[in-house]
Amino acid sequence: MLIGVPAESRPGETRVAATPKTVEQLIGLGYDVLVESGAGTASAFADDAFRVAGAAIGSVSDAWGADVVFHVNAPTDDEIAMLHDGATVISIMSPALSPELVDKLAARDVTAMAMDAVPRISRAQSLDVLSSMANIAGYRAVIEAANVFGRFFTGQVTAAGKVPPAKVLVAGVGVAGLAAIGTASSLGAIVRATDPRPEVADQVKSLGGEYMAIESPEVEVSATGYAKEMGDDYKAREAKMYAEQTKDVDIIITTALIPGRPAPRLITADMVATMKPGSVIVDMAASNGGNVEGSKPGEVVVTPNNVTIVGYTDLAGRLPTQASQLYGTNLVNLMKLMTPGKDGLLVLDWDDIVQRSMTVARNREKTWPPPPVQVSAAPAAAQTAPVAVKQVKAPAGPGRKYLITGIGALFLFLITAAAPAELTVNITVFVLAIVIGYYVIGHVHHALHTPLMSITNAISGIIVVGALLQIGRGDTVVTVLAFIATLLASINIFGGFAVTRRMLAMFQR
Amino acid sequence: MTMESVAIAAYLVAALLFIMSLAGLSKHESAKSGIWFGIAGMGIAVLATIGLAFSEAISTVGAILMGIAIVVGAVIGLWRARVVQMTGMPELIALLHSFVGLAAVLVGWAGFYMVEALGDAQTEVNSDLLGIHHGEVIVGVFIGAVTFTGSIVAFLKLSARIDSKPMMLPGKNFLNIGALVLFAALTVWFVITPNIGILVAGTVLALLLGWHLVASIGGGDMPVVVSMLNSYSGWAAAASGFLLGNNLLIVTGALVGSSGAYLSYIMCAAMNRSFISVIAGGFGIEAPASGDVDYGEHHEISAEEVADLLKDASSVVITPGYGMAVAQAQYPVAELTRQLRERGVNVRFGIHPVAGRLPGHMNVLLAEAKVPYDIVLEMDELNDDFPSTDVVLVIGANDTVNPAAEDDPTSPIAGMPVLRVWGAKDVIVFKRSMAVGYAGVQNPLFFKDNSSMLFGDAKDRVEDILKAM
Repeated sequence: MLIGVPAESRPGETRVAATPKTVEQLIGLGYDVLVESGAGTASAFADDAFRVAGAAIGSVSDAWGADVVFHVNAPTDDEIAMLHDGATVISIMSPALSPELVDKLAARDVTAMAMDAVPRISRAQSLDVLSSMANIAGYRAVIEAANVFGRFFTGQVTAAGKVPPAKVLVAGVGVAGLAAIGTASSLGAIVRATDPRPEVADQVKSLGGEYMAIESPEVEVSATGYAKEMGDDYKAREAKMYAEQTKDVDIIITTALIPGRPAPRLITADMVATMKPGSVIVDMAASNGGNVEGSKPGEVVVTPNNVTIVGYTDLAGRLPTQASQLYGTNLVNLMKLMTPGKDGLLVLDWDDIVQRSMTVARNREKTWPPPPVQVSAAPAAAQTAPVAVKQVKAPAGPGRKYLITGIGALFLFLITAAAPAELTVNITVFVLAIVIGYYVIGHVHHALHTPLMSITNAISGIIVVGALLQIGRGDTVVTVLAFIATLLASINIFGGFAVTRRMLAMFQR
Repeated sequence: MTMESVAIAAYLVAALLFIMSLAGLSKHESAKSGIWFGIAGMGIAVLATIGLAFSEAISTVGAILMGIAIVVGAVIGLWRARVVQMTGMPELIALLHSFVGLAAVLVGWAGFYMVEALGDAQTEVNSDLLGIHHGEVIVGVFIGAVTFTGSIVAFLKLSARIDSKPMMLPGKNFLNIGALVLFAALTVWFVITPNIGILVAGTVLALLLGWHLVASIGGGDMPVVVSMLNSYSGWAAAASGFLLGNNLLIVTGALVGSSGAYLSYIMCAAMNRSFISVIAGGFGIEAPASGDVDYGEHHEISAEEVADLLKDASSVVITPGYGMAVAQAQYPVAELTRQLRERGVNVRFGIHPVAGRLPGHMNVLLAEAKVPYDIVLEMDELNDDFPSTDVVLVIGANDTVNPAAEDDPTSPIAGMPVLRVWGAKDVIVFKRSMAVGYAGVQNPLFFKDNSSMLFGDAKDRVEDILKAM
């Protein structure tokens, strides 16, 4: 099948849905790839580089006329019209915010998949474009802030005086927030972070930040992996904390987004007014209404008290080469999932929760929103068990187990009952010892397999007892045989114990 | 209180000490005390038996021979245990198993000469139990003989004195089953009319069966085989116990037999191998697929470049295999580990359940070189961490890191869990040449983009890296 990669038509878009590297991987999966001429220019990928990787270069209609179309932004009406019947289009679509787009796609006989509708389960991590783009955006947000900020991030003691470290507050600890925390703390700043979900505290700490808990009875446990909107009491406490923090910190990066809703207002104009002159705010939610009062999407605003509010909406696109590579890899991973035969044939598995969730339209039918997926590992959500647990192999049913046990017991019973009296004691001892042997090594540590085997080997030299009792009884033949047996068993006993001791003496913590 | 009742009491104590010994060996904390329980149990059992022998008026010659056998055996055993290289441990253990097997054969034959050979003149056994005794003799000899030749073959394969490839006789499953059926017939015959000819036939049959069983198992399954032979040697001791009516032998033999069988089962489960097919001698193993697939080019790397990679890494995983044991590279590897840890690099070892030639082989070697055992992890503990690992050093491992086990359903090792080292950023493979591993399968890992080959003796190469650092 042919994969088409058209250039992005949205003004200012710098990304492209494939790179020479991902083209190679797609060809490896058996696909043919056609890239629109000039599609990669803004990301520093020349047509020639695509050609070398094995892609064909074509026109805009060639690219949109392919069997599978890779795109970064949602297709426009004109672009949807260029798709051929039965084609598959894959892009970022924000289906929750743009129902009219989903309707238009459902009006055509095409399959539409939204890269931003990947469920947050570990298996789907490798295709989660929100994560990969948020990672870039979080990094870039810190870089943008550093660019406008008039001081060092790190504290220094120099011959020219002491420099205090910058204080950074990150609001919202998603992927973008974590990337921002990591970047800011690696630049040397003091980083604080807030989030309604207490489970992120450890993640913040692991990246060198400090988690600021908002004390509230209404602690959020997210079942979907995303944040949700909070109640009034919580909001009041949150506002109080932000009011305190804005007076203290130099840089604020807000990343709070709630899927399908306008961004929550975290920082009011009053709070901005209390900030120190020269402070910087990066509002990563500016395109969805903004977390900060006064931020303008795509613009940099300077307030009267000299606080800079950065409202760029294309933070990921400001690292176009990186963003294209990661987005392209997300698409390759999706293709790997949907090309089970590695033969260049796209197969949509409707029972696969990942593919089902991403598909917003198919067969002239709207398939958005998908059935809900529960993903969070938070303790309170534990009873809502993970989805798509496959029963790989049913263990032997209890009935069968009882049957086998019963037959075994009956067999043993018959043997013992038929045996002469002297033998029954031996059999009893034998059977019980087998059971003990099984249980006694139940959970042997893997590192001790060899010493355990070597000591059981030494112990099996107990056969010496039999040989000892035969020596000197009966005729010469018996004595000779028993002598050799005693000799061999003794080698075994002494050698076995000595070797085990040598091995164990080496184990140390 | 007769000597006999004293001996029985001593046997009970010894049996309990053996149980405590095995239980102790299951955990690091109690392992050392476990050995002492075992030694104490053995000492008590042997002393009680010697006392019993004397109370039953052993001849002077017999007493002297007994002393000589124990002393000579002790000297040989302690000497071998002292000089054996840790890398030669699998061979030694296999060889020791063969001794138990042979001892069981000899005890069985001695039993025959004490009872059956004398005909009606014998006084050892009640006449109504005579049939049972006949059966016990031939069964005991059979199990002992299978253990004996099986262990000898395992020893020869492990010490590379014979080829480790599985022997493929036509209709080998029929040979195994046929031997068992024939043996059952011989047993019945021997019980009805015991004579030396049948016992010889049974012994020879068992020796051949033991040889064939292990010869048809490939080198890759040797760890399981050694463990299985360990179990057999226990059953052989238990059979002797029935023959002599000695409960201590029965208890100990059954303990060793069942714990050994369970240990083998754990290992088979770890390798995704069928337990039955391993113990039945490579039952149902298909011929490997043809190897004329084009895997592409491999890249070479120098020791200096590896040193540079390691210096910049923050997380390193070392997956050793038999090659490390052969090259005796565990000391330089331990030194490398120490230096990297001093630099703050997170170094861990990933041990495949069947790395080396017997279970836990790598753990023993690394312990010998004083690598702290809390950074030596199992495959399952580590397998998800490879994507966040900077450098993986594959030292002399091959089949245990072969992605074909997961990707290629036609591969002979398909379905075997493997260390997913290829998920790491860089994989360095230490290898003497591009030759295939023990399972005889090509390894696509060597041709992956993120893996590089460092050819040569593992010990020399690791020392080169140490110099370059």
